[in-house]
Amino acid sequence: MNLPPGTEYIIEFCYLIASALFIFSLKWMSSPATARRGILAGEIGMVLAIGGTLLQHDIISYKWIFVGLALGAIIGVPLGMVQMTAVPQRTALSHAFGALCVTLVGTSEFYLKSPNISKFTMSVLSMEVILGGLTFTGSLMAAGKLQEVLPQRPITYKGQNIVNFLLLAGAVVLAVLLVIDPSQRQYFPFIVGIAVIFGVLLIIPIGGADMPTVISLLNGYAGLSAAAMGFVVNSKLLIIAGALDGSSGLILSIIMSKAMNRSFTNVLFGAFGQVQVAAAVDGEAKTYRSASAEEAAAILGVASSVVIIPGYGMAVAQAQHKVRELFDALSKKGVDVRFAIHPVAGRMPGHMNVLLAEADIPYDRLIEMDDINGDFPQTDVALVIGANDVTNPAARSDKNSPIYGMPILDVDKARTVMVIKRSMSPGFAGIDNPLYYMDHTLMLFGDAKGFVGNIVKELSGGGH
Amino acid sequence: MTPTLINGLFIFMLACFIGFEVIRRVSPLLHTPLMSLTNALDAIAVVGAIVLVGEGKSRLSVIFGTIAIVAATSNVVGGFFITDRMLRMFKSSRPASKAQ
Repeated sequence: MNLPPGTEYIIEFCYLIASALFIFSLKWMSSPATARRGILAGEIGMVLAIGGTLLQHDIISYKWIFVGLALGAIIGVPLGMVQMTAVPQRTALSHAFGALCVTLVGTSEFYLKSPNISKFTMSVLSMEVILGGLTFTGSLMAAGKLQEVLPQRPITYKGQNIVNFLLLAGAVVLAVLLVIDPSQRQYFPFIVGIAVIFGVLLIIPIGGADMPTVISLLNGYAGLSAAAMGFVVNSKLLIIAGALDGSSGLILSIIMSKAMNRSFTNVLFGAFGQVQVAAAVDGEAKTYRSASAEEAAAILGVASSVVIIPGYGMAVAQAQHKVRELFDALSKKGVDVRFAIHPVAGRMPGHMNVLLAEADIPYDRLIEMDDINGDFPQTDVALVIGANDVTNPAARSDKNSPIYGMPILDVDKARTVMVIKRSMSPGFAGIDNPLYYMDHTLMLFGDAKGFVGNIVKELSGGGH
Repeated sequence: MTPTLINGLFIFMLACFIGFEVIRRVSPLLHTPLMSLTNALDAIAVVGAIVLVGEGKSRLSVIFGTIAIVAATSNVVGGFFITDRMLRMFKSSRPASKAQ
């Protein structure tokens, strides 16, 4: 193409503005009031960057570029329209797509450039395909588990960490050999292959409760691999976008691991899926009290403050809209209703907030753990819907509990505790919850959606 | 190491610092949309794939590059779309019903 002189400066200028817009985009995410402006900034940045790239004089054929862009857009639209309850698996899937892109570009670059490839480029290229490859299959596995196509149960075996470590070490050794002698092209497929297998093995031992940490970590890996690609293709914009995404994923992983009382190194090295030996439930039958929807409604109706604690169970039962009806019914009676959000409630960071926002619950009613824990002693009713481990007081007191030390919502300190649960069977991690056997706890047995609906019916028909 | 690579490392380091400082301030309320937004931004990797396909240096690079464009573009479109949908749902309570 014959482009006027100076086009390359225009392109670089596009990239410069795009970089600034990306940073603004994330900055505006700090508050819901400015967040939508952030999307606009991101979109403009993206259009500028892609538009600028299309002007590059290296491009001699546009056919496949436009085919790819069109196909991608067609696939992207349904991915943007999924149900809010499917957001965790959609997010995992998009991490996989991002990593696939990076891995494929890295592989092509290798075969185009080698053996005339500098040591530094070869190092970052190896990093790019290792991180990209493991994020691709790891994210697919995570998406499969979240969509329940794959078993959600963690699969563990003896020496798992050693096998994983040896595999990764193998890939790194091959990469180092390739850096030393870039003409040894036969190593390259093995590096990618090992990374891809490693991604699968990394996620096999992960259970549902660990998903928020894992998704954040995969997000970070995807970002770092994109930054590495930025070095390979010499794109400053990509280095910046990758660094932003990488630090975002890393920060979220740190927040999530703190909320589960896991050390950050523990998370970084993927040792999150330790088998949690279910504490042998002692033979003595513990007593608990159960209540009907009518009784629950009577207590809720006369309360002055209610805190609702949503968990993954609410998402599974799709109960968020019924919960909103309950919120409305109680608010109408003058009850102060708030929601206590544990950082790892649900399957990804911020999962509960999105579901409740979808149900039109105002976001200033959604309170973070640290801000609401002090209020539980003054709370009349704490209503737990589909949450378990994040409310388990054993995390505070029982040194033998597998979740000892994990920060929890101090639900047990409320005057009355109600727990909506299908049955007395222990939760996902198989840990018994002493909360259920306390004197001021009422167990409400049933499906979250149905039970909340019944309470609402009792409250609104409350004349009898 | 060439100056370009050194420059790249400096940019990477500075961008990481900006990333940490900016994202630390993101409200936990918005962690899910944050993740889908960074995902869309990260799909800027599409520019690398576009150049790769456009140069058409080998059949492998065109095939891989086209798949890469498809994957990244679906992230761009889907990512911005769903982030916007999520953020539209976040509403503040009407002043009248504010308790505090």
